[in-house]
Formats: sequence, C-alpha cells, structure tokens
Amino acid sequence: MLAERLRAAQVIARRDFVAVVFSKAFIFFLLGPLFPIIVGFFAGMIGASVQHDLDRAVIGIAMPAHQGDQLLAAREALIEHMPGGAPEMAVIERLRPGETFDARAALNNRQLAAVITGTIDAPVLTGTPGRVDEWRGVVGLFAARARASDAAPYPDVRTDVVKTSASHEHNGQVITAQAGQLLLFLLTMLLAGMVLSNLVEEKANKIIEVLAASIPMDALFMGKLFAMLAVSMVGIAVWSTGYGVMVLAGARSIPFLAAPAVGWPAFLGLGFAYFAMAYLLLGSMFLTIGGLANTVREVQTLSMPATMLQLIVFFMASFALARPGSWIEIVAQVFPISSPYAMLAYAAEHRGVMPHVIALAWQGLWVMAIVRGGSMLFRRTVMKSGPARSRRRTAVPA
Amino acid sequence: MGNGVGAPVGPPDTVSADLAIEARGLVKRFDGTTAVDGVDISVPKGAIYGVLGPNGAGKTTTLRMLLGIIDPDQGYRRVLGTEHPTDIAHRIGYLPEERGLYPAMKAYEAIAFLAALRGVPLAEGRRRARVMLEEYGLGHAAERQIRQLSKGMAQQVQLIGTLIHNPDLVVLDEPFSGLDAINQGRLEQLIRGLAARGATVLFSTHVIAHAERMCDQVAIIAGGKVPFAGPVDVARDRLRPQVRLETRVSDGPWRAALPADARCDIKAQGTAFWYFSLPESGVEPLLRALIEGNAGILSLSIERAGLHDAFVAIAGEAAARALEENREEAEVTGRKSIFGKGRR
Repeated sequence: MLAERLRAAQVIARRDFVAVVFSKAFIFFLLGPLFPIIVGFFAGMIGASVQHDLDRAVIGIAMPAHQGDQLLAAREALIEHMPGGAPEMAVIERLRPGETFDARAALNNRQLAAVITGTIDAPVLTGTPGRVDEWRGVVGLFAARARASDAAPYPDVRTDVVKTSASHEHNGQVITAQAGQLLLFLLTMLLAGMVLSNLVEEKANKIIEVLAASIPMDALFMGKLFAMLAVSMVGIAVWSTGYGVMVLAGARSIPFLAAPAVGWPAFLGLGFAYFAMAYLLLGSMFLTIGGLANTVREVQTLSMPATMLQLIVFFMASFALARPGSWIEIVAQVFPISSPYAMLAYAAEHRGVMPHVIALAWQGLWVMAIVRGGSMLFRRTVMKSGPARSRRRTAVPA
Repeated sequence: MGNGVGAPVGPPDTVSADLAIEARGLVKRFDGTTAVDGVDISVPKGAIYGVLGPNGAGKTTTLRMLLGIIDPDQGYRRVLGTEHPTDIAHRIGYLPEERGLYPAMKAYEAIAFLAALRGVPLAEGRRRARVMLEEYGLGHAAERQIRQLSKGMAQQVQLIGTLIHNPDLVVLDEPFSGLDAINQGRLEQLIRGLAARGATVLFSTHVIAHAERMCDQVAIIAGGKVPFAGPVDVARDRLRPQVRLETRVSDGPWRAALPADARCDIKAQGTAFWYFSLPESGVEPLLRALIEGNAGILSLSIERAGLHDAFVAIAGEAAARALEENREEAEVTGRKSIFGKGRR
C-alpha cells in the first residue's frame, strides 16, 4: 500500500517537476533573486550619495584669536585614539576682542551642523537637540586637550591577543544562528509560496477528477510537494553556483561567520534538512489552503495571510534566539512550523545531534499529518458536485 | 479512501462472483441536498451497462461513489470484488464528463502519464501510446501538444488514456457528449469491442438512443433515485405493446371490443386510426370482433414499447422532458465541435 502511494507520488512529482523546470517561466524564476540585488545595488548607491552629502556637515568654530585653531589641533591629536571617529570641524570665524558672533544665524548655512562659540575655557555648543547631545562630550574633550598645552603622552598599551573567548565564540555563534535563520526564512518565503497555486492548474484543466480516480489524494499532495521541493533545490543550486562564481571572480567576499557548535559540515547538512522540513511543513499547509481556491485570483488573495504567517513564525524563532532556555524558545522548537528555524539556531549554539534527529522526526510526523488532513479536506470539497453547467440548470449535483 | 460502508445498508450475505459492480442503498448529500438517495446497481461482468438520466439526476455522483472518488454517506459498494475501489485503480479506466489533460503535454506523453497513474511503467506507456494513437488514426498528432489539438482530438486522446492499461472495468461519464456523429459511431464500436474482449463497460448518458442501442442493462436514474435497474428488455416490457389499427369505418358494434383508453384519429376519407395498448387477453379476440363487426381492417401493427416510452413510464414526464432538453443541448454542443470551435 505504501509502495503504491510512493509510486503514485513519484509519477505526480515527475510530471510537475518536468512541467516547471522545462517551462520558460522557470528562467524568470531563477532570475528572480537578481531583481532585489539590482534594486539593492541602486538603492545603496543612492543612499550612499545622500549619506555622503549628509556627512559633509561640519561643526563650525567661531572663537577669539587662535583658540579655534587650538581646538582643531586638539581634535587632530585625539582622533587617532577615537576608533569611532570624530565630527568634522572647521574654523569659520577668528573673533577679535570684544567681537560677538551670532551662532544661531550661522546655522542657516546648510554645511554647518552645529557651531562652537565662547572660549576653550567655556565653550558654547549651538545646534539641534540631537546634535548637541551627540557632540557635547566630544567638544568638552577637545576643549580640555586644547587648554592643557603640556598634556602627558598616552601610555603605550601592550597587547596579548587570544584566538577566541567564550564570550566572543558565543556572540559569533548567535550571529551564525541569526544568519542561518534568515537564509532559511528567505529561501522558504521565496519558494514555499509557489505551492499555493499548485492545484489550481489541475482544477482549471479539469484533470483533478482523473487523478482522484487513479491515485490516493495524499499521494497527489506528496507528489506535488516533493516536486516543488526538487524545483526549489534546483533554484538553490543555481543561485549557490552563481554566488560561488561571483565570489571566485572577486566580486565580493564571503561574509565571515563563526563556526557553529555542531561544525560546518553538520550545520550545512542540518540546514538542508531543516529547509526541506520548513518547506514541506509550510508547503503542505499552503497546498491545502491553495487546494480550496478555485482561481488564481483566490490564490492571490490567500497569499497575503500566508506571507504573514511566515513572518510571524520567523519572528517567533528570532525572538526565541535571544532568550535561550526560556519558555518561548521551547515553544518555538516544539511548534511544528517554527521548529526548523529554532532548531537550526540550536545547532549553531549547541553540540549534539540527537535533538535534531528527534526534531526532524517530529517535523516529518507533522508533514504527514498535514498532508493527510489536507488531502482529506481537499477530497471532501473538490468533488462536491458535477460540472458547472449542470449546477446552473438543476441546482443539484449531477 | 473510505471503505464505502455506512449505515444502514451493509454488505449482502452472499457476494456474486458474476457481478463487476454491486451497490446497495448508496446515499450522498452535499450541503443538505440529497444528490443520490438509496441507489442500488448490479452490473454483471462483461456487460455494457448504461446509467440513464437527465443532467442533475445523480449520475456523476453515483459513478464517483462507485469509483471511490467520493465516499457514500450511506450504503455499500463492491467493485471488482473489493470494497476499496481505489485499491484496484489499475484495473479501472475512467473518462470523466469534464475532460481534462495538461495542455502543455504532448499527446503521447499525456497518454503515458495517464497510464503511469494506473501503474504502467512510463516507457511502456509511451510505447503503447504511440501504437494506440496510430490505431485511432491520430499518429500524426502524437508529438503535438494537447493545446494544439481540436477538442474532439483531445477527447480521443483522453479516451485512449482511459483504455491504455487494458482495464477490466471501463467507466465512461457522458462519453458521447461533445462528439460529432462520426466519432459517436466510432465510440459505439469501441465500447462493443471492449465488451467483446471481456471488459465491463459502465457509462452514463442522457441520450436514450445510445442506451437502447448498446446496453444489455440500464439503470434509470431521476432525482437521485433509481426507479428501475435491469435488462433493457425488462424495462420495455413494463409497458404493454402498442397497437396501431387502421379501419375503413370509424364506428360500429366492434368498437366495444377496443380498450377503453383507445385514442382515435379520423381521417378525411372516413378511415380511422386507433392507438391503444395491447389488451391482456391478446390480439386474437380483438381481431375476431373486428372481422365479425365488418370494421374493415386496413392495417394492424403491434409494436413493442421503446426505451423512451419505458423511461417516461418509469421516471415520469418531467424527467423525460429534461432528458430531451439535455439531448438538444448536447446536439448544439456537438455541432459546434464539428466546426472546430472547441480548440484549447
């Protein structure tokens, strides 16, 4: 019986896989991720340009005689000890004794973000609240240095570099976990939505009745799910290869991530397995929901709540990542839809394979349960009546 | 799939090995509407069996229940010896009323796919598909996509796909609808051929002529019920044979020998036509009275009731009228397809 179901699922999967992969639309599907990259590239360029303009805003100095220059010299002396950098400064006025300066009026100059007046003993910083709060400390520091002309040199700090620390390792693994979750989410979001419209074709082409008479409905669901999973794998393989080629061509480097607790090979293997599970879990739900839709328009309407569901699941898993050992982490690991995300993060932070074996079995069980339930629901609803012509004429099933 | 067993009708005490399909008390409701209400059907092995009724009578729902596509709410079904029809899907061929194939598939691939669904290996399915397409005169269309075929050709491709795995039971839902007269004739031949090689053919139709010409047995279905199921001859024999009598004169003492329900049609020349059911006593006493009364018998014919008359008598006038409307509607559809308006 199981062998017959698997055989039937394989027939469906093969048909769907060939129909999708050898269609022209699949080329556009493969090119899909390029569009956000292109949009991101141009958005980044525009953003950088805007940021560059913003960054040119400087603090103007209007102080008596050479005090402004002293302040600038103090800045130069201190900046090498300030890894975060310091705001740009420029002397805009060297005031004669008794001369006054209207700092507020000077701020009409778009190049000036703030203005320092007064003296180095009593500097006055004029600017918007945000700028003033941000720079008052650093202005005080520069003024203090400018006042102490014989300031002692900073002592040389000897260093003892260790390869890693528990804190550093943990932080790195958390970042790896976040990256893994994000990638898993993006791939699932990009690919699982395809399943929504999967049964519409069969309904539109009226082949669903032949399928229902020939094979068990859960075999149909399984076949469709695995076909789309295989299509996704092709997509991921193509995108990964493309990314690899770009890296080899020197277009960009692979971002450094700390090694996960289970090690990279196991982490990648688990990532693959959890992607498959996340895909199958969401896919089986989407297939059920999409199976109830009769038209592409209905599917489009359904896609919004489906995307929201994905987002909620992802946020729950991300939230749980920041709260190890909490009840929310346990819920995220046990709740079937969020379990793949939470467990991938777990793999980044904890050693041991057995929890993953249990989690994968648990998730697999849910895949089967959803497929079973979904196919039963589909079977109950889809073959409810005869052709539309008969329904219109008689209002009872043919 | 469900087991098809529901209260209150259970499996019969004895299971007949001669029956391909046995159904008792099938009931199906959709949203409170009873689509099929206690249907009993027994289809002998190797028979051509028709389910005759107007659209909306419950034909498709009954076939779907028999095939296991849907489960009955009540009743019992046994198909080719099992109560789980989907377990023996490889022995059944099914052509639904709403035909459908994947439009992008090539004709031979579509047939091979249907064969694969029924357990035939893909390579073997492709081989058989090419052979059968040639046999049906569609060899030139083997490499064409379904969307490039005419509606009639696509229908034939699906029919080949229904038969590709040599099923023991062939279920055809309104197989003649959408076909022109030539293809209807071919299909009739095909169905007879299937029965000749031992397959059981169950088909639904709203065209009495098809059922009358082809079927060994019929189930007449109307309003979700089956008021008659059995041999066509038995259905026809439910009505007395019809007598058509022509006499030279229209009146005389012999008229007392005519049945009370005899209808008379007097012609201009004074001759009269009489129509009535053959009396229980037979034709001899009537003839004697007509001769002795000098009625002047010009012609006398006794005709056995047709299936149409039997249908009217069994299912009622309303069902017969609906059946006629369906037939006219189908003829319009058929004419359209002859002129190739159904391309997809």
